[in-house]
Amino acid sequence: MEKFNTIQSSAVPLPIENMDTDQIIPARFLKATTREGFGDHLFRDWRYKADGSPNQDFILNNSVYKGEILVAGKNFGCGSSREHAVWAIYDYGFKVVISSFFADIFKSNALNNGLLPLVVSDDFLHLIFTEIEKDAATKILVDLKQQTVEIAHQQTVFEIDSYKKMCLLNGYDDIDYLLTLKDKIEQFEKEQVLF
Amino acid sequence: MKTLFDKIWDTHIVSKLESGSDVLYIDRHFIHEVTSPQAFAGLRQRGLPIFRKEKIIATADHNVPTLNQHLPISEKLSRHQVDTLIENCKLNDIELYGLGHPYQGIVHVIGPELGITRPGMTIVCGDSHTSTHGAFGCVAFGIGTSQIEQVMATQCLILNKPKTMRINIEGILQKDISAKDIILFIASTLTTSGGTGYFIEYAGSTVRALSMEARMTICNMSIEMGARGGIIAPDETTFKYIKGKPFAPKGAMYEQALDYWKTLYSEKDASFDKEYHFNAADIEPMLTYGTNPGMGIKISQTIPHVQEVNNPLELEKSLAYMGLKSGIPLVGLPINYVFIGSCTNSRIEDLRIVAEYVKDKQKAPNVQAMIVPGSKQVERQAKAEGLDKILEAAGFELREPGCSACLGMNEDKIPPGEYCLSTSNRNYEGRQGPGARTILGSPLTAAASAIAGKIVDIRTINS
Ligand code: SF4
Repeated sequence: MEKFNTIQSSAVPLPIENMDTDQIIPARFLKATTREGFGDHLFRDWRYKADGSPNQDFILNNSVYKGEILVAGKNFGCGSSREHAVWAIYDYGFKVVISSFFADIFKSNALNNGLLPLVVSDDFLHLIFTEIEKDAATKILVDLKQQTVEIAHQQTVFEIDSYKKMCLLNGYDDIDYLLTLKDKIEQFEKEQVLF
Repeated sequence: MKTLFDKIWDTHIVSKLESGSDVLYIDRHFIHEVTSPQAFAGLRQRGLPIFRKEKIIATADHNVPTLNQHLPISEKLSRHQVDTLIENCKLNDIELYGLGHPYQGIVHVIGPELGITRPGMTIVCGDSHTSTHGAFGCVAFGIGTSQIEQVMATQCLILNKPKTMRINIEGILQKDISAKDIILFIASTLTTSGGTGYFIEYAGSTVRALSMEARMTICNMSIEMGARGGIIAPDETTFKYIKGKPFAPKGAMYEQALDYWKTLYSEKDASFDKEYHFNAADIEPMLTYGTNPGMGIKISQTIPHVQEVNNPLELEKSLAYMGLKSGIPLVGLPINYVFIGSCTNSRIEDLRIVAEYVKDKQKAPNVQAMIVPGSKQVERQAKAEGLDKILEAAGFELREPGCSACLGMNEDKIPPGEYCLSTSNRNYEGRQGPGARTILGSPLTAAASAIAGKIVDIRTINS
C-alpha cells in the first residue's frame, strides 16, 4: 500500500446521496482476476451512454473538474461489498473521498487500499460543494497527520481510527500486523471449543 | 448484561489493539469466484500460504450460466474467472463445490443447508449478503477482498465492534404475507442507511414463529439498511433444522453442541444502542418503486410525492429512471419479466409457494418468468416433489442454480427499460442489467403477477 501524508488538490463534486457500489462499478465489469484497470469502468453507466459515447452531463466528463479528491453526497458506497469499487476510484486517480457518511464495508475497503474515506459534517460538506461551485479550481488541503481538512481558509478536524491512521501514514496493511500475532492466534485456536 | 451479539463477538477476540479495535477470530470463510482471485494473487505475491485451508468453503455462483451447466461456460471472461477459482482451490487444497458438484449453489444458500453454518460461529465471505447466515445465531458479515486475503493469511480480521440494534416484531402476520414483506417493510422505515454501524438482532413473537428459511430472508437484507449483519437467537426451530445436515455435529457431539447453542440469546436486561418495534399486523405485501431497497411502499399505497420524502432529488431521479410517477399505485403496472431467485428467495419453501400458486394456471403471454433454485440440493428437492412439472406447465422456466438475474453479471439480464418483478434484494440502477427497472417483492406477489401479466395484490385475488 502507498503511504499517505498530505494532499492538496482541486476536487470533483458528486452531490448524489446513497451512491451504491453497483453505480461505482457495475457487476458486469467484475470479471477480472487482477486489481488493475478498473478506473476505466468507474461510474460506467453514468459516464457513458448506452451507445458507448461519453455522457457530457456527467461530472467526470466535464474537464473543468479534476483532481485527486472526490467529494460525494451522504451514504457513499452502500450496497455490495465489492472492493472493485475502491480499486476503480483509486485507479481513476482519486486518493481521498470526502462525504458526510460512508457505508461500513466501503469505508473499510477504502482504508485497506490507501484511499482515505474522510468524514466531515453535513455543514462542512455543503461548504465544500458551495466553494467548488463558485470556483472549480478551489484547492482542498487534507493533512492526515493533523487530521485536518481545509478549503477557502476554513478548516475542520476529522476523525480516524488511530490504528488505521498509522497504517495509512506508513503504508502498512492489516496482514503485516496480524502476522506478528501468529502465536496468539494459535493459542486461541488451542483453547477454542467450536461446535 | 450481554446481548447475543456480544456473547459471540467477545468469545472470538484474540487480541485488542490500543486504538480499541479487536482482532477477531473467524471460524468459517466462504469464497466465490468474483471476489477471491485478487486475494489468492495477493497471498502469492507475499509468499504466504493459506493459514487454515479446512476453514474455507468455495463455490461458483455469481458468474455461472443457469442453463446447460454441463457445457463449458461460453463467455470467455466468466469462464476464466470460474477456472481461476478451480485452479486456486486445487493449488491450495480447498474444498470446492463448483459447477457439476451436487452441493453447488449460491454461497448463502449452501452454507446453511449443508450444516456448515451453525450457532455461535463467526462467518465471513467476500459478499455483503453474508448477513443471511445470521439467521442461525452466528455473527456473519460481508468483507472486501483485502480482508479475504487477511483471513486466508491469518484467520483473523482487525475490526471495530459495531453498535447493537434490536428490531422487535410482535404479533401474527396477515394471510399471504411473508418474510420478504417484513424485511421490505422494515427497510422502508429505516432507509438504506438506517442500520449503518449496527449489527441488528431480530426478535419478537413474529420472528420466533418463522421457519429457518424465512429467517434467512430477513437476515439477508440487513445489509440493505446498511447494517453489518443481522442475527436471530437460535431456538428449537434452528436446532431441528441443523440436525442431520451433512456437516452438522452428530451423536454425543450434537448433544454437547446443543447445550452450548442454548446459551446463545440476549440476556433479559441486555441493552441495545437502538431499538425499534413493529407490529406484524401492519405489514402488507410490499413493493419497491425506487432505486434503492429502502424505497418501498405497501401494495395498497401510492408512490410518494416529493413533499413526503427526506430526499426529493433522489426520488425524482429514481422515478425518472423507473419511468414511474408520484401518486400512482404499483398495482396494475404491466410487467414483462419476473425473476424468482437469489439468496433472498430461492430456497425450497419459496419454490413451493410459487408452485402451489401457479398450479393449473398459465403465465401471461407477455411475461418471461425465470425461476432459479438457490442450489443443486434445492433443485433436486423441487424435482423430487414434482414442482418442476408444475412450474413448467405454467410456463415458468426452471433454471439451474446460481445468482442469475440478481446481478447483471452473468448471461441472465433484464433488458433496458423493462420492468422486472424480482424476489432478489437490490433494485439499484442497472443491478439486473443496464437500464433494467427492478421492483422488489415477495415470491407470492411475483408468482401472481407473472400469471396476471401485471402487478397484482395477492389478497384481492385470494379473498
Ligand atoms: S444471489 Fe444476488 S445478492 Fe445473493 S450472493 Fe448472488 S449476487 Fe449476491
